[in-house]
Amino acid sequence: MSVDESVTERLRKARDDWEKEYDSTGKRDADYTTISGMEVPPLLTPLDLNNFDYDGKLGFPGSYPYTRGIHSTMYRGRLWTMRQFAGFGTPEDTNRRFKYLMEHGQTGLSTAFDMPTLMGYDSDHERSRGEVGKEGVSVSSLADMEVLFDGIDLEKVTTSMTINCSASIIFAMYLVMAEKKGVSWRKLRGTLQNDMLKEFIAQREWISPPEPSVKLTVDIIEFCAEEVPQWHPVSVSGYHIREAGSTAVQELAFTLADGIAYVEEGVKRGLEVDDFAPRLSFFFNVHNDFLEEIAKYRAARRMWAKIMRGRFGAKSPKSLMLKTHAQTAGASLTAQQPINNVARVTIQALAAVLGGTQSLHTNSMDETLALPTEESVTVALRTQQIIAEESGIANTIDPFGGSYLMESLTDRIEKEAFDYINKIDEMGGIFRAIETGYPQKEIADAAYKYQRELDTGLKTIVGVNKYNTEGEVTIPTLKIEEMVETGQIEKLRELKRKRNNKAVRERLSDIVTAARSGENLMPSIINAVREYATLGEICDIFREVYGVYRDPGYF
Amino acid sequence: MGQGSRARILIGKAGLDGHDRGVKIVARALRDAGFEVIYTGLHNTPEAIVETALQEDVDALGLSILSGAHNYIFPEVIRLLEERGMGGVTVFGGGIIPKEDVEYLKTKGVKAIFEPGASTDEIINWVRENVVPKAL
Repeated sequence: MSVDESVTERLRKARDDWEKEYDSTGKRDADYTTISGMEVPPLLTPLDLNNFDYDGKLGFPGSYPYTRGIHSTMYRGRLWTMRQFAGFGTPEDTNRRFKYLMEHGQTGLSTAFDMPTLMGYDSDHERSRGEVGKEGVSVSSLADMEVLFDGIDLEKVTTSMTINCSASIIFAMYLVMAEKKGVSWRKLRGTLQNDMLKEFIAQREWISPPEPSVKLTVDIIEFCAEEVPQWHPVSVSGYHIREAGSTAVQELAFTLADGIAYVEEGVKRGLEVDDFAPRLSFFFNVHNDFLEEIAKYRAARRMWAKIMRGRFGAKSPKSLMLKTHAQTAGASLTAQQPINNVARVTIQALAAVLGGTQSLHTNSMDETLALPTEESVTVALRTQQIIAEESGIANTIDPFGGSYLMESLTDRIEKEAFDYINKIDEMGGIFRAIETGYPQKEIADAAYKYQRELDTGLKTIVGVNKYNTEGEVTIPTLKIEEMVETGQIEKLRELKRKRNNKAVRERLSDIVTAARSGENLMPSIINAVREYATLGEICDIFREVYGVYRDPGYF
Repeated sequence: MGQGSRARILIGKAGLDGHDRGVKIVARALRDAGFEVIYTGLHNTPEAIVETALQEDVDALGLSILSGAHNYIFPEVIRLLEERGMGGVTVFGGGIIPKEDVEYLKTKGVKAIFEPGASTDEIINWVRENVVPKAL
């Protein structure tokens, strides 16, 4: 018997002794599964990671398969970007909030648009009644975009914009706004969400059916590869999939399946994979189940590296790296005892950092009641700064690497997510799967199961189904005045009177021609917004040429 | 509960927001509890919701709104219901709705608003107690 074998033998005996002791001792009557329902063992030992292939599974930070992180230095080189999602009311209101956040140490901007802007309606449209500036900032034209970024140095800041079916138009407005400030497109850095597949799966803001919607997504990818090389044209998003109620594994699997589809579409367009894949980025949720979440981020990087190398033959290391933004889970926040949300957000943010995220939004404690106040968003930002500069966890890279449990969870999440991806491949890909309602149904089932677990008390939410208190704690919330809507409508009507309407009509008709011919729409959209054609006017073209998608409404 | 006494409930999403996790859970829980449930799907106008309520001859209408447009949409739906002779339909709802707005909506005829954290059992029990199926 070699030395190693005798050590293993001793360990096995000790483990068996412990197991006997464990089995014969009383345990709390509690649920020992993750929030996603994954069984968690009480203890793992080196025996569970027998013959662990360090090189193949972990490697080194900045090297394939990137499990431990995409940069060799990780947070010693540069902390993650603290990027709070902000947007409400008028462009003036949001511009003030942007400046406030930057004065308080935020390092990147992230724009939330209101529902009309997200769905492609101008503020003066009938369908926008009651919604203007409520869930984000109202932007109907280049004039609004100019106010939104007034006094902000676009060469210094990176700007993320959560916009999808109308992304081509908002991006065109951003480009023209930059051009008017004298900033070259080649210097612009930022991210468009522009992930239409997850809209049909989970977030559910759309105009046209999946295929023309994704065609526009790919137009932007192609345009950026040539004209705006430092921009991230797509942020492949699991966030909304998780918010819709998926498990951690489903979030990971459906997001990577969407990512696969974008790469396939780019390749079909004739692009070289290494010419555009390095600019793809990701966006994941970070939920309450601390260990499961860290494992999810580690598994995500390893899976994407394998997919890009194995499936697409990517060679550039940057194509293999899964860069990600993280946001704490909105759906985990409670309206009851809202100050407790600060604790939840802290745990989630820690998981994102331990998971190796590149940027992070921490939710504010009041976001289950309304958009956040300045006070609550400051606490959320301070939470990140405390993690970064007080907790010590940014001192070292992937501190959970090598943990018996963490490695085993990472492997399991990877395996289960690949099982889903294989199933989607068998169905003919994510377009086909969406058409049959497969991911939508899987998510709805998981959401319903979790709700039942809460209703029966199997799973706990403090302050909601356990430890409730009489007498509500109330905190101040942000109100959006109705004047925002009337003000935005007035401004838009005046703009429509003052602009060169003949030029607008011509440029809009150029978009129609381009849309019918199937060519890349970005150049014609940029020319139209330059003349102050509105978001709604251009989306009307999408509605007319590509048709309108209706929710199948299954539940 | 006999077949003839099952209340018919329209569950609807009005306005532009796409948050349908909660509404689908509620629709499913009510169906599992034995009610006849019709779900509108997303992005409906108040007019379309009321038209469906009329076509389906429902006893109650539950609306989910998470976009902040509740103070416009609920009163508009109730006004249209009354205009079309359906003032007897019980209107309730849920979503991200601040406390003071809940009070306002109740003065406009909304019978109950379920806030984040409400259990499906709470909603089912409320519907059982407050929605009376039309006599056949």
